Amino acid sequence: MLKLRVIPCLDVKNGRVVKGVNFVELRDAGDPVEQAALYDAAGADELTFLDITASHENRDTILDVVSRTAERIFLPLTVGGGVRTTDDVRRLLLAGADKCAMNSAAVSRPELINEAAQKFGSQCVVVGVDARQTSNGAWEVYTHGGRTPTGRDVIDWCREVAERGAGEILLTSMDRDGTRSGFDLSLLKAATQAVRLPIVASGGVGELKHFVEGAEAGATGLLAASVFHFGQFTVSQVKATLAEAGLPVRPTPSFFQAKPRP
Amino acid sequence: MTRSLSIAVIDYDGGNLASAARAAARAAELSGLAASVRITSSPTDVREADRIILPGQGAFADCARGLESAPGLKDAILTATRAGTPFLGICVGMQLMAERGLEHGCTEGFGWIKGEIAPMDAPSLRMPQMGWNELNFTRPHPLTEGLGAAPHGYFVHSYALRHTRPETLVATTDYGGPVPALVCNGNVAGTQFHVEKSQTVGLQILANFLNWTPETLCDVCL
Repeated sequence: MLKLRVIPCLDVKNGRVVKGVNFVELRDAGDPVEQAALYDAAGADELTFLDITASHENRDTILDVVSRTAERIFLPLTVGGGVRTTDDVRRLLLAGADKCAMNSAAVSRPELINEAAQKFGSQCVVVGVDARQTSNGAWEVYTHGGRTPTGRDVIDWCREVAERGAGEILLTSMDRDGTRSGFDLSLLKAATQAVRLPIVASGGVGELKHFVEGAEAGATGLLAASVFHFGQFTVSQVKATLAEAGLPVRPTPSFFQAKPRP
Repeated sequence: MTRSLSIAVIDYDGGNLASAARAAARAAELSGLAASVRITSSPTDVREADRIILPGQGAFADCARGLESAPGLKDAILTATRAGTPFLGICVGMQLMAERGLEHGCTEGFGWIKGEIAPMDAPSLRMPQMGWNELNFTRPHPLTEGLGAAPHGYFVHSYALRHTRPETLVATTDYGGPVPALVCNGNVAGTQFHVEKSQTVGLQILANFLNWTPETLCDVCL
C-alpha cells in the first residue's frame, strides 16, 4: 500500500536556512545540507527546499545547496522558488533535484508546465498553488508569495495544471499559512476531488492531529515547516500519530547493512 | 590485488543520471568496494564496464529514441549483456527491458522481459503513483538480500509492466493490485522504483547489484 508522505520544508535564502532549530549536534545550523541530513535520518519521506532568495544574482547558490544535498541524501528532493523557465528546471535537475515546483511563472505562462513535462517528464513537474478564500466560499490563486491576486479560481487552475501535464500539486492555503490552526480542509477536499493528481497539503499545521485531518481530506503528501524547525515535534511523532489513526506510513528505515561478499 | 569495479551509468538524455551515479558510488563506498562510476554514452565504455546501470525518467518513447540516437550505444548494451555483464534498469530504464511500451505510441523495448508497459489500472487511486510503497517479494534473490523488515521503495510512475512471466518477478508492490516492482532475467534486472532515491533500501539493492555474480544469463539476450 502506498504510504502518506511526511515532508519537511526548508526555507532557504542565499544558501542558508532561514528558520531552523538549533540542533546541538549540528556544526552549522544554518546549512540546509546539515538540516536535510537530520530529516533524512529522522525518517522524512521527502524534502522540499523553498528558495526565497530575493535577488536574481544569488540564484546560483541554491544549485550548490541542491548539489551538496544530493551527494549525501538519497531521498526525493523538491525545489521551488524562482523557477521561471525550462532552463531553470534543467539546471535544478542536473544539480540533483528530483522535482521542481513552479508557481508564479506557471500562472503567467501556463505553457511552461507543458514544456517542462514534455522535456523532463511529468514526474518532476510540481505546480505550487497558493490559495486564498474569497467571500463567496471559493478560492483564488495568488502569486508572488501570496501577495498578488490573479483572478483565477483555484479548482479550475488545479484541473488545468493536471491537463497540462503536472505530476503533482503543492497546495498552500495562504489563509492558514503561519496560523498553526490546521490545513484548510475544505480546500483540500475540493481540490482532491477535482483532480486525480497527488496533492501535497501545505499551510497551517500546528498540532499533530492536523496531519491526520489533512490525510483524511485526501492529501497524500503532508508538508510542514516551522513545527519541525522549531522542534515542536519530530517526524516520527507525526508518523506515530498517523499510524495510530490507522493511516499508512513508512516505518523509519534501518541502517545500511551492506557487507562485501567474500 | 583488487581491481576497481567500473560502473557505466548510461547517458542518453533521459533523466537523473547524476543521482543514479552518486547513489552507485555511495553504495560501493558503504560496502567497501573500490569502484569508478562513469556517466557515459560511449559504446567502448559500455562494452568494457563491469556493471551497467540504465536510469530513466520521462516517457518510454522518448527514452527509447534517446537510446537509439547515440551511435552504437544500444548495440554495445546488447553485446555486453549477452556476454554476461550485470545490468540494472531503473524506472523507465527498467521499463525499456520489456518487449514494448505503449506510452506515446507503441515502441519496441529490449525484449529481455516478457510483457509490455501499459497505463496502470487503478481507477480509485491517485495517478501517478507517487511515494513510498512496500516491496512484496515473490522469490528470494541476491539483489534483495539484507533489506530488513518491510522494505519500501520510492515509486513515481503511471505506466507499469503487464503480461510478464511470473518467474521474472522478484518483487511486486500493491497499487490497485500487484504491480511489478523488481524483475530479473539472468544477468539483467530492473526496478520500477527509484533505487537511487530509496534511502538505505535503495543503497542496499545497489550494493547487492555491485556484489552480484549472476548464476545464469538472460535467456532472451543470448
